[in-house]
Amino acid sequence: MGAVILMPALSPTMTEGKLARWLKKTGDKVKSGEVIAEIETDKATMEVEAVDEGVLTSILVPEGTENVAVNTAIAELDGGTGTAQAAPAPVAPAPAAAPVPASVPAAPRAATPEKDWGPTKTITVREALRDAMAAEMRADADVFLIGEEVAQYQGAYKISQGLLEEFGPRRVMDMPITEHGFTGMAVGAAFTGLKPIVEFMTFNFSMQAIDQIINSAAKTLYMSGGQLGCPIVFRGPNGAASRVAAQHSQCYASWYAHCPGLKVIAPWSAADAKGLLRAAIRDPNPVIVLENEILYGQSFDCPTADDFVLPIGKAKVERAGSDVTIVAFSIMVGMAMQAAEKLAEQGISAEVINLRSIRPLDTETIAASVRKTNRLVTLEEGWPFAGIGAEVAMQIMETAFDHLDAPPVRVTGVDVPMPYAANLEKLALPRLEQVVEAARSVTYRR
Amino acid sequence: MPQVTEAATKRRGKAKTPSLSRDEMLRAYRDMLLIRRFEEKAGQLYGMGLIGGFCHLYIGQEAVVVGMQMCLKPGDQVITSYRDHGHMLATGMEARGVMAELTGRIGGYSKGKGGSMHMFSREKGFYGGHGIVGAQASLGNGLAFANWYRQDGRVALTYFGEGASNQGQVFESLNLAALFKLPCIFIIENNKYGMGTSVDRASASRDLSQNGAPWGIPGEQVNGMDVASVREAGERAVAHCRAGKGPYLLEMKTYRYRGHSMSDPAKYRTREEVQKMRETSDCIETARKALLDDFGVTEADLKVIDDEVKAIVQDSADFAQESPEPPESELMTDILVEAN
Repeated sequence: MGAVILMPALSPTMTEGKLARWLKKTGDKVKSGEVIAEIETDKATMEVEAVDEGVLTSILVPEGTENVAVNTAIAELDGGTGTAQAAPAPVAPAPAAAPVPASVPAAPRAATPEKDWGPTKTITVREALRDAMAAEMRADADVFLIGEEVAQYQGAYKISQGLLEEFGPRRVMDMPITEHGFTGMAVGAAFTGLKPIVEFMTFNFSMQAIDQIINSAAKTLYMSGGQLGCPIVFRGPNGAASRVAAQHSQCYASWYAHCPGLKVIAPWSAADAKGLLRAAIRDPNPVIVLENEILYGQSFDCPTADDFVLPIGKAKVERAGSDVTIVAFSIMVGMAMQAAEKLAEQGISAEVINLRSIRPLDTETIAASVRKTNRLVTLEEGWPFAGIGAEVAMQIMETAFDHLDAPPVRVTGVDVPMPYAANLEKLALPRLEQVVEAARSVTYRR
Repeated sequence: MPQVTEAATKRRGKAKTPSLSRDEMLRAYRDMLLIRRFEEKAGQLYGMGLIGGFCHLYIGQEAVVVGMQMCLKPGDQVITSYRDHGHMLATGMEARGVMAELTGRIGGYSKGKGGSMHMFSREKGFYGGHGIVGAQASLGNGLAFANWYRQDGRVALTYFGEGASNQGQVFESLNLAALFKLPCIFIIENNKYGMGTSVDRASASRDLSQNGAPWGIPGEQVNGMDVASVREAGERAVAHCRAGKGPYLLEMKTYRYRGHSMSDPAKYRTREEVQKMRETSDCIETARKALLDDFGVTEADLKVIDDEVKAIVQDSADFAQESPEPPESELMTDILVEAN
């Protein structure tokens, strides 16, 4: 009995890839562990190893085919050794269904920047981040990038692709796995006026270095009576990716936004990513840039102007509406946009605010919206207790209480460590129907 | 590495201090005495309630910073822990500004917002004054990284205590400095007690100068109670760094006469132990004796220095009490740099 080889998932968030090359042809004998094909994703090129032995009886997906979904049958193997195995995936056993990103990704919409920056081009968030770093490194020799796998490996998530080649090993430096040590080192360098960009492979690992971020980077300006600033950027993916469980799925927005002396931004679109990261690198203060792994591969229109930059501290009204204000940041902006579509079908006009900046928080834009809609829903992946939603709601209490026609409602991640099981993980993160429900409840349509 | 240590140990055995010139010795004596008198005054002001919070005095350890500072050029950097008053005075920061910071006044180096543990002077190359034990090892590495990045030939002195030397980030920093050949001199001020815990009860190593050995960092044990020995070792370390050979580690064997902070009754050691160190090893007495015996300096010459130092310290204490508290408007300044 033959075995079917399936398109493997090579990372937690991979849903499809390009079958770049077959290294075996029909009729070839294949040994267990032999490389049979190469697959490209937007992050990396990976080799597919055979699990079973046998003869390749047919190739179902020719090389060069793009967008091959995970779990598609790509070849058939005749079980030569007589071990009758049923359709194992070549690498890690693929899950029963293609891993759906834990959060519903945005249906990318044209994100029109407030100021008209002229022509745009469709690029991924990943490219936007890379372009932002490259532009600022070209403009300022004091800017450099350090982190784990940022140089020779081209970035664990391929954000720094090509930077080593362009800027050389003095300005794009691989670090050993010592977050505390290299973060402190970068902060010390920033005290002398250099402008480091520190990439955390994920923000979960920034906890190893949080003392240096808060106690050294954020507080020294104040403690020195204004003498010693710290122009530094800490960036990397934040929040839940997909099926990586509690220690690798956590939103740090509330943690860092709590601290005076830091700025905290959370881009959603490619334009956000490029414009805000450029601003962060230029900013003379420590800036935390909370990216999102699931967004890295998503495409958006982004201005091509050389001088394109966005201000830190300004939110963006992504969609105008009149009945309810939905406030979100990072990947949740996409969900808010989808909710707005659904609500529109039900006759409810939702205004979606993309915070972009968590600290400073653009309370003015939120309050102006609430004065119009009189209702507020906040949406975030993080935990509810002392979360960003709590802060936004309180700011509105303080500035626009009289304009509220209903108590604000928070949609948040569930107050538990992130579970691994697919069904539980889905339950732990905000869901589209919850946002729609929240909007209906504050508009008393429930 | 080990060879260097042996050589240094031999040198340490010599009682003579011939490596300093008369002028250098006079200068060292004056600078050490300034720190001693300043700290005594700070202790008094603390007792009077004029200085609050934590106050860690440097009395006993003066030879370390004064000897090391003699090896530096303008532009080199210094960073240390919270026991920082001596380091600041050694870099040439004004006694007035330091004392006024201790009293929390606007005339202090941080406008009264940093206090004893958090003062800085970019002009003098002093990068703090850090309150988190061991944090300055990583930060000092960063100063050295900046020198390496700019290729400007500067070196960074990174001081920490033997207590901090057990912190994980210190070892991370040693690895990073060796990996990138950063011009960083790690100086362990081993005053035998990390707060109330003796080094023997905190560190399994009996020779902290070899803490960088796994990464090939040369290390020396130095008699930190003798300013000439410190200076000699410092020159070797600085030359190594300036030559682009990477970091260097100095373990300064020293002793603090006072408690860990003002609130420490120091019950973990005997009065006799402290007394013995003061009588046999005091850095200022050693320098004084050398000046009188070997350099032909007279008691009258020393009296002039003593009076000068006393006047500076009294002036700083007066200033620190006259300078007003920071205006309330200072509460909300210096949180962020205004972006242009």
